[in-house]
Amino acid sequence: MLDRQGINIRPVSKRQRKIKQEFYNLLVYFLVLIFFLPVLWIIMTAMRPEVEVNARPPVYIPSRLSIETFAQLLGASHTEKSIPFYSYLKNSLLTSIFSTFLALVTGTFAGYSFARFRFKGGNQLFIGMMLVRSIPGISVSLPLFVIFARTGLLDRISGLILVYTAMTIPFTTWLMQGFFKDIPSTLDEAAQIDGCSRWQAFLRIDLPLALPGLAASGIFAFLTSWNEFQIASVITRTPLSKTFPVGLYDFTQEFTIDWRGMCAMSVIMLIPAIFFVLLTQKQLIKGLTFGAIK
Amino acid sequence: MNQEMNLRLKKDLKKSSKNDRYLSWFMIIPALAVVAVLIVVPMIYSFSLSLTNMNLLKPASTQFIGFRNYIRLFQDEIFWRAFWNTILFMTLAVNVEFILGLFIAQLMFKVTRGQGVIRTAIMAPMMFAPVLVGFQFKWFFNDQVGLVNNLLYSLTGDYQIIPWLIHYPMNLLAILIAEIWMSTPFMVIIFLAGLVSLPTEPFEAASVDGASGWQQFRYITLPLISPFIYIAMVIRSLDLGRAYDLVRIMTGGGPANRSEMIWTYTHRLAITNNRFGMGTAMSFITVAVSFAFVIYLFRQLSKSLQEVY
Repeated sequence: MLDRQGINIRPVSKRQRKIKQEFYNLLVYFLVLIFFLPVLWIIMTAMRPEVEVNARPPVYIPSRLSIETFAQLLGASHTEKSIPFYSYLKNSLLTSIFSTFLALVTGTFAGYSFARFRFKGGNQLFIGMMLVRSIPGISVSLPLFVIFARTGLLDRISGLILVYTAMTIPFTTWLMQGFFKDIPSTLDEAAQIDGCSRWQAFLRIDLPLALPGLAASGIFAFLTSWNEFQIASVITRTPLSKTFPVGLYDFTQEFTIDWRGMCAMSVIMLIPAIFFVLLTQKQLIKGLTFGAIK
Repeated sequence: MNQEMNLRLKKDLKKSSKNDRYLSWFMIIPALAVVAVLIVVPMIYSFSLSLTNMNLLKPASTQFIGFRNYIRLFQDEIFWRAFWNTILFMTLAVNVEFILGLFIAQLMFKVTRGQGVIRTAIMAPMMFAPVLVGFQFKWFFNDQVGLVNNLLYSLTGDYQIIPWLIHYPMNLLAILIAEIWMSTPFMVIIFLAGLVSLPTEPFEAASVDGASGWQQFRYITLPLISPFIYIAMVIRSLDLGRAYDLVRIMTGGGPANRSEMIWTYTHRLAITNNRFGMGTAMSFITVAVSFAFVIYLFRQLSKSLQEVY
């Protein structure tokens, strides 16, 4: 037995302790696996033979893997009923990229302003902006549906881009102001004494230092738009503007769902997310918790 | 000479502070304008619609009816069911996710090998669109071909069709499990970052003084990672409405409104039933509930932070 100071009261061999730790590791691996399994399951379902998808007794491990579902989706074998995959891809990419860009530019500016300047009502404005972010998408989508119908923005990706920009600005602003607050303002002032204008100081000093924050908010904004469903399901109607999340519904018929096809499209939908999250994991976590580490 | 310089400095300062003021507004206005035009103004317009009996099928006969929509909603049995379902669901979800997140982070922190791999693995649900989670769990909980019933069959050898998504409150539980699966990893990741950033000295000192594991957690870990808790809860509270996607896809609020939540009821009234005026009124109750929840969460959070310190 070990006492609190880690001194052996009853001698425990090093090996015993090691085995105990390994056992503990395995237990935690198993726990984490629960969170990871659905990913494997989706990939397996997309690639397994169709008869296995709804088989009973259940088939857990696919007997063979093929990419025919993906080929079907990507249009190798074009049929009447095939899903307008490329329209969805185009719409999803365009709306996500443009809204992320716009939100980053405006949100970074606003974040800097909130962090560096004091002005009347600034705090209230900031809180107001955060509250706006917590308005559920379904509530915003109703008036937008009417307004967009009147202004010709209904079922257009330009309309979606605008909404997503507005939706992601508050969070971008919040993250960026946290970042700018942590950059000592003496750097700014030094640059200004050396003859930079405030604007130049922002561009040359603060912005480069806040790059990790920019990366984190960019990824968040992109994924928010990429995955958004509530608003899109109300204001998009046709392949002209439908994005992936809404497009998933194409796989559902009245009583049946084409799970295999849906899983294939899901895997494709996951690619940018996996790409971003895996590649920028460290920056993402650093970006989110930057303000907390002193 | 000195005085003259002072004066010039003062003048410069005044000029720069005036410039600063212009710049501060110049930088803030684009963001505000976009948010105002696309969210705030539509919401005001939406409020005016909520005072009418607008119907999407016959928009010409729209009439001002005052607060009758709201009154009717408060007398509506389904509304109250949706309301209490939502409160129950959100309370359970946020609490379970928080405790589970802290627990898993603590467990993962002590793993000696393969930290990087499990950290990446547990981020998987963060990549899923909520719609995707909804569809996947709808399938997992399907009574005929779902993974959950199949697993139970494989484990017990006794085939039973458990209608997870049909019976109340089992359908709420199924949605809750999906929600917890989707949102817990985010908490884990933030808390883990907090745990990693902690200094080791306080723990060593506490060990020497004979503090138990729980005491160390309660009096050292918790206060030290409280900024991380704050961040996680801020981000979480902004996304409460995300659960809409799950409910809409897994049960659609049904059967017979039994798993209805305020978000799905808004959609049902305004879009499915075409009663747009009523729907917008419902959407404002939804907004009020969201705001109340955010404010409550922050109150609780700052209170518990004070207690911890």
